[in-house]
Amino acid sequence: MTINQISIFLENKFGRLNEILSFLSKENIRVITATVADTSDYGILRLITSNQIKALQLLKENGVSANLNTVLAISVDSSIGKFAETIQCFTKAGISIEYMYCFSINQKAILVLRTNNIDAAHEVIRRYGMNNLSEAELNNL
Amino acid sequence: MTEKYWEEEIETMSRADLEKLQLERLKKTVAHASNSPFYKKLFAEKGLSADSIKTLDDLKKFPFTTKEDLRNNYPFGLAAVPMEDIVRLHSSSGTTGNPTVVLHTKNDLDAWANQVARCMYMVGVRKSDVFQNTSGYGMFTGGLGYQYGAELLGCLTVPAAAGNSKRQIKFIRDFGTTVLHTIPSYATRLAEVFQEEGLDPRKDSKLKIMCVGAEPHSEEQRKRIEELLGLKAYNCFGMSEMNGPGVAFECQEQNGLHIWEDMVIVEIINPETLEPVKDGEVGEMVLTTLRREAMPLIRYRTRDLTSFMPGECPCGRTHRRISRIKGRSDDMMIVKGVNIFPIQIERILMNFKELGMNYLITIDTVGNNDEMLVEVELGDLHTDDFTKLQSLTKEITRQLKDEILLTPKVKLVEKGSLPVSEGKAVRVKDLRKNH
Repeated sequence: MTINQISIFLENKFGRLNEILSFLSKENIRVITATVADTSDYGILRLITSNQIKALQLLKENGVSANLNTVLAISVDSSIGKFAETIQCFTKAGISIEYMYCFSINQKAILVLRTNNIDAAHEVIRRYGMNNLSEAELNNL
Repeated sequence: MTEKYWEEEIETMSRADLEKLQLERLKKTVAHASNSPFYKKLFAEKGLSADSIKTLDDLKKFPFTTKEDLRNNYPFGLAAVPMEDIVRLHSSSGTTGNPTVVLHTKNDLDAWANQVARCMYMVGVRKSDVFQNTSGYGMFTGGLGYQYGAELLGCLTVPAAAGNSKRQIKFIRDFGTTVLHTIPSYATRLAEVFQEEGLDPRKDSKLKIMCVGAEPHSEEQRKRIEELLGLKAYNCFGMSEMNGPGVAFECQEQNGLHIWEDMVIVEIINPETLEPVKDGEVGEMVLTTLRREAMPLIRYRTRDLTSFMPGECPCGRTHRRISRIKGRSDDMMIVKGVNIFPIQIERILMNFKELGMNYLITIDTVGNNDEMLVEVELGDLHTDDFTKLQSLTKEITRQLKDEILLTPKVKLVEKGSLPVSEGKAVRVKDLRKNH
């Protein structure tokens, strides 16, 4: 199963990240995880929050360039070699990882990734019995 | 008033009759202008008077009047009537030097309102319409100019004034607004706010006509406005020195703007040689007022670049058409020896659906070279893939290079981050030391 991720176009401008995050905190939306990828001119902020639909609407109301896209969240044990092992499964199946970020909670590492082939990725998850998290599960960690 | 025309007799007058009317009014205008201190002195110096006018061609004997003349004679040096007969003045912002002032008698205001009503009637606005004006009121002529025109036509008129988009949309919905007047950059802002509010202007409003003016804009931008809001957008031209809105306006053919030749004599000249250009050739528009009492202007150099469109218009109006304004002669940028108008850049940018409507061109000296930066707002984020964003930038750069013959740096910026003033959008910043 996939989860919704919000992507936000972010200019490299002092205070902008803070401004965007405070739109969310004011409305009691919890940020579960976030990452910023950047070039010299702009960046993309990727966010998973406790209420993606409401968060997206809020951001748009505040004139933020944002959209919703789907990514996979996989929970693995936070032990040596587990991360490598998981990625290897995708590589063996010929699937490219477009981008990935991870965070760790209660001895678990959560990988959030976007691949070039979502159906093939689901097949890999099923074959290796990976712990693929839903939005609700992610929210209750 | 007929089904199609506000003033059929004037709008469809034969060219011969129209020119006869012009000659008659020109003689009166020149005679009357000599009541103003400025023209009295000028005519005396040049040995000119109303008797110098035998044919329309004799207008060429008269020197041009420039914005500088208006500034140097600020505030009342061009008044041709006693001060007590002047009932209103409008003034330009005066961002560069003295502001310019334009004076009106009661008759001037009535003639202006009639001219605006004629334009609005031409694009299909009727008494039963609800007209909402998003122009700034006050000194900016787009406010009161449209207000009086729409009231004369008989519309229910909503003087919403500029800004506060959510409130504008509430008015549009609550009052059943059918006709809107905006500047082009604000038209698209409104479309965005409709979207942000989860509303579809086609279903959730009665809007059908939009008068778009005050800033030169491209055909591409018009099409986007029409698509975004689901209405017909008409290009209007006005300038405060010539009253304000209503000088020239598109008819329902949307192919060129009829300039009202019972109100002005139009010349288009080469700004370098000051000689008239051929039909179809771009030059600077020069206007002579024919009805103005408080402040007649003879051969006023507008700085606006346009061309006469040859041929007759299928709408039946005989007043000549000018092409949409190509820019102002002062807007022309010379970068690395190339002449560039902002509108050329706009035309390219408007073709990209991924982009928003606002852009800013900055020219600066880097080392010994002029460099151009084009910042353009992204619309809603269409991808979260860097490669796609980068290829978008590359494609914009390539197309701009084809158009303006030099390679600008293109930078995508966030929606809403570029300055939009309530009057006019800032499009060009020239930071070069020697400019």
